[in-house]
Amino acid sequence: MKKLLKSGSALSALAAAGIIAAGVTATSPVSAQTTLTIVSWGGAYSKSQQNAYHDPYMKLNPGIKIINDDSAAEGLAKLRAQVEAKNVTWDLVDMVAASAITACDDGLVETIDPDRDLAPAPDGTPASKDFLEGTLTPGGTNCFIPQIVYSTTFGYRIDKVKTKPTSVCDVFDLKKIPGKRALEKAPIGNIEWALLCSGVPQKDLYKVMSTKEGIDKAFKKLDTIKSSVIWWTKGAQTPQLLADGEVVMGSTYNGRLFSLIEEKKQPVAMLWDYQVFDLDGWVIPKGGKNLAEVKKFVRFATDTQRLADQAKYISYGPARKSSAPLVGKHATLGIDMAPHMPTNPKNAKTTILFNYEWWADNRASLDERFNAWLAKK
Amino acid sequence: MGQNGSEAFVRFEGVQKSYDGETLVVKDLNLDIPKGEFVTMLGPSGSGKTTCLMMLAGFEPATHGEIYLDGQPINNVPPHKREIGMVFQNYALFPHMTVAENLAFPLQVRRMSKADIETKVKRALDMVELGAFGGRRPAQLSGGQQQRVAVARALVFEPDLILMDEPLGALDKQLREQMQYEIKHIHESLEVTVVYVTHDQAEALTMSNRIAVFNDGIIQQISSPDTLYEAPETSFVAHFIGENNKLDGTIQSVGKGTCKVRLDTGETVTAKAVNVKEKGSRTSMSLRPERIVINPKGKSVPNILKGKIQELIYLGDHIRTRMTVAGHDDFIVKIPNTFGHEPLAEGSTVNVGWESEDCRALDFTEAHGPG
Amino acid sequence: MAAGTAGTNTENAPLMTADGVPLKQSLQRALRQKRRGAFLLTLPLLVFIFIFFVAPIADMMFRSIENEVVGKYIPRTVAALKDWDATSGELPDEKVFAALVEDIKIGRKDRTIGKVARRLNYEIAGMSSLFRSTARRVARLDEGPYKEALIAIRPQWGELETWQLIQRESGKYTASYYLAAVDARFDNAGNIVAQPEERQIYTFLFGRTMAMSLSITLLCILLGFPIAYLLATLPLRYAALLMILVLLPFWTSLLVRTTAWIAMLQQQGVINDLLVLVGIISDEGRLQLIHNKTGTLIAMTHILLPFMILPLYSVMKTIPPSYMRAARSLGATQARAFIKVYLPQTLSGMGAGTILVFILSIGFYITPALVGGTSGTFISNYIADHVSTTLNWGLAAALGVMLLALVLALYLIYDKAVGIDNMKLG
Repeated sequence: MKKLLKSGSALSALAAAGIIAAGVTATSPVSAQTTLTIVSWGGAYSKSQQNAYHDPYMKLNPGIKIINDDSAAEGLAKLRAQVEAKNVTWDLVDMVAASAITACDDGLVETIDPDRDLAPAPDGTPASKDFLEGTLTPGGTNCFIPQIVYSTTFGYRIDKVKTKPTSVCDVFDLKKIPGKRALEKAPIGNIEWALLCSGVPQKDLYKVMSTKEGIDKAFKKLDTIKSSVIWWTKGAQTPQLLADGEVVMGSTYNGRLFSLIEEKKQPVAMLWDYQVFDLDGWVIPKGGKNLAEVKKFVRFATDTQRLADQAKYISYGPARKSSAPLVGKHATLGIDMAPHMPTNPKNAKTTILFNYEWWADNRASLDERFNAWLAKK
Repeated sequence: MGQNGSEAFVRFEGVQKSYDGETLVVKDLNLDIPKGEFVTMLGPSGSGKTTCLMMLAGFEPATHGEIYLDGQPINNVPPHKREIGMVFQNYALFPHMTVAENLAFPLQVRRMSKADIETKVKRALDMVELGAFGGRRPAQLSGGQQQRVAVARALVFEPDLILMDEPLGALDKQLREQMQYEIKHIHESLEVTVVYVTHDQAEALTMSNRIAVFNDGIIQQISSPDTLYEAPETSFVAHFIGENNKLDGTIQSVGKGTCKVRLDTGETVTAKAVNVKEKGSRTSMSLRPERIVINPKGKSVPNILKGKIQELIYLGDHIRTRMTVAGHDDFIVKIPNTFGHEPLAEGSTVNVGWESEDCRALDFTEAHGPG
Repeated sequence: MAAGTAGTNTENAPLMTADGVPLKQSLQRALRQKRRGAFLLTLPLLVFIFIFFVAPIADMMFRSIENEVVGKYIPRTVAALKDWDATSGELPDEKVFAALVEDIKIGRKDRTIGKVARRLNYEIAGMSSLFRSTARRVARLDEGPYKEALIAIRPQWGELETWQLIQRESGKYTASYYLAAVDARFDNAGNIVAQPEERQIYTFLFGRTMAMSLSITLLCILLGFPIAYLLATLPLRYAALLMILVLLPFWTSLLVRTTAWIAMLQQQGVINDLLVLVGIISDEGRLQLIHNKTGTLIAMTHILLPFMILPLYSVMKTIPPSYMRAARSLGATQARAFIKVYLPQTLSGMGAGTILVFILSIGFYITPALVGGTSGTFISNYIADHVSTTLNWGLAAALGVMLLALVLALYLIYDKAVGIDNMKLG
């Protein structure tokens, strides 16, 4: 209040009136308390962001207050509703790359120029070169600011399988691994695995998927295990199903499996073979009220150290090359996190990276076909 | 109570009923009803009269004892096989059926032919003068009309016994009186046996051949209406039926059909010994207000007491006088408004007298009785 | 005026109030004031309903046919295509290609071309990347002939199908969403044809949603009727306890209850464990009670049961026991008395319960999503998917409008059959 009176000396006569004083407070740049509403996934993931990004940033910038909104699961729909209503209350939204493409196409989010908006690596490498290749422009869009590389991969119950699965194709082998398995209730990822295990070489995957015969072939492969699959829609389901013994193996995000194995100490092991990489990152809603402030925050939160810090709390790989060497131990468990990163060379011997452009084209029609396939026994 | 058990159409024999295993709602019921009689079960609520009716209809099992219908024990006969027509308190007309359908229901159940049903329904409707209302729903009828439909429905399948559970309770006074006569006439013309339950004594007196007065799970008295009024056998009956003056006292001597009773205020009166014990026991005497004479001449009546007039109510045909007699300040005397009757003034003291015959010494009761 | 008429013609003169105003007029004024008062009282509710009920539904209806994207963001192309005969078998001329290039250049700058790409991709897979990749490369395209240049960038520009699609979807309104909602589409000649077999899903889902809602409703009647009967006939203190049990589900969150069912029904769950323990099934032969139709039926019947019990109960409460007794005394057996006398009187409650349960279940979505697996999910799950994941709000709206129409149709049928005035909700 003292500061306010000094800075607003011209108004000091009026400052006695509380209402006016309050009005001035809101506009005074010095003592302003800017509130940033940041939308993310909640749970362990939001916590890791809080620890790695939000808390340090608020410490450095006392004028900034960050509020978490855990509605990222409906992020796209809510964001569109806000933009259409011209009342954008969100400042930053966490999204997977596929959603970011849609948001970008629809003009719901700001475009970014990596070298202008993002911090260079400590050694001076510009951001556009420091981020893993292609991660800044999924599907040819330029709105996405990647934070982490995560993967969808398989976990299995050590105590419930007779022979340990070694290849992703063991998912399709009911003889070798009998029992139920959990797969995501979406074609994306499953189609790639099914084709790989039907003998399609990885380099031809999307070429084959562009033909009707290719898709037929994938569904035919999926047919062979259809009756033994429990389909999940939320990342938390597979860990639960594994813990309950409802499935012997299942796909989910690698961070969920890490927590199941290392924190909850369940008898589950990872099968990294042909893990499917995906990206998660920020998008900045168009029409947000704190554009300048949020850009400052993003620049901070995606710098090399911050991305490496996040890996202390959750086992997702930083999207910057320069962050990898800085990944340390888990903050509470004290385990070395590097071996648990999906990007660790030992885990990433075989990987699939989505062709986002292909999926942007074909997702709608393939979803329909997939749902029809699921619905009809 | 009729003793010719073999002729009884309905017979209760030592019937007891308890709902909770602790108290008896019906204590020990013995009742014979000959064919064609109109018997009313009269009593205050909770006296067990409706329970008796429900046991007869088969909706409540008797805890002990046996009920006979036409000589056959019916304790184990389910209600739908008893062939008893019943009129319920709120008529229980099926709201989703028309009047004609309501009437046809018992006939359809009995698998009668369509034509038979039609004629019988029409006849029943005509009987209650509702011939034009067959197509209506019960809700579209007035209370009195609904009542008549309920009666017609109970009669349409020609049962020999009709039970009526306070059937006129929901009607206004005028309609109730009219319906009383109609039911009485139907009973007379069809010669069915009717067991009727009510708590309204006027209704019971109007309609019945005999009235069974219930109290506390026991039949206090079962008699024709005039006997019940004029010769009550218990204080309860005396009090429950008609207006009654109660005088309490101690028996001094019991003679041949009479007894001398010393009132609590010291006077001695002679009364008819109806329901008294030995000398020295307490008794409550019953005296009808219209049997009391004001200022009797000389020794024309054996009992004369002083009475102070408290209140005079002019009722046209008679003057209702409330006075204090023998310490009771609710002593009622009905003075006929005849030519030249004595003028009375509130606050004045007069002599009141009566015949010993009209003063019935009954069982002692502390209670004022119902009503 | 009033005085005039009164003076000239006393016989037909209108009645006057004490101060000379015609009675009718005075009465009307009084009534009008009363009406205005009543209207003002309900105004907040009307406004509320309009904003939160009528407006969103109207918006949904509009979205299901709204189609401004193409016409708005590539207007030059649309205008130029007007003269093109889609059935000619020839590609549009250079003028159209030039217009498209300009549209895409502007659209890229304004970041609107993505919308066009997504909109057209709903109809033909591949349009998305066609527009976006063209947009990236068209910036360097400064002079014609554009036709060859575009076809060189993407051969799809040389296909009639692409242009026919743009022309077809350039109107302000479209039927495409509704067609998609009934598993149909426009072919290249603009005729309505069925979707290829392997993509047909929505009619099947509508059918399944209806069938399952019907099963759930029947189960609710079968299970709810005896409970409601007990409630209505038990002595008050037992009935109150039972009522608490009936209402208990209302006091826990839907999600918690559904999750509890997962714990109960899954293969390693309570019910299977019990059955194995008792020896009815073997450990290998554990029943699949969840992630399928069975799971949805069980969980939803449980969740919706109170909506059947309460109206039934409220009706049964008003049926005095004397009806059954009357029927018995008239000669009907217990069973006949029940069917002919008791049951018909509960129909109004049963009707209300049926409509409630059916309409609620037809739009249910969380529970089927969690326990329905693939065979027990409803059309609403797919609507939700289009709202939140694919962002195809047009299709979601079309499906929603159809669901709404379905419910209204059922309501009308019910009204015709049973009569809505007979419905008793409590």
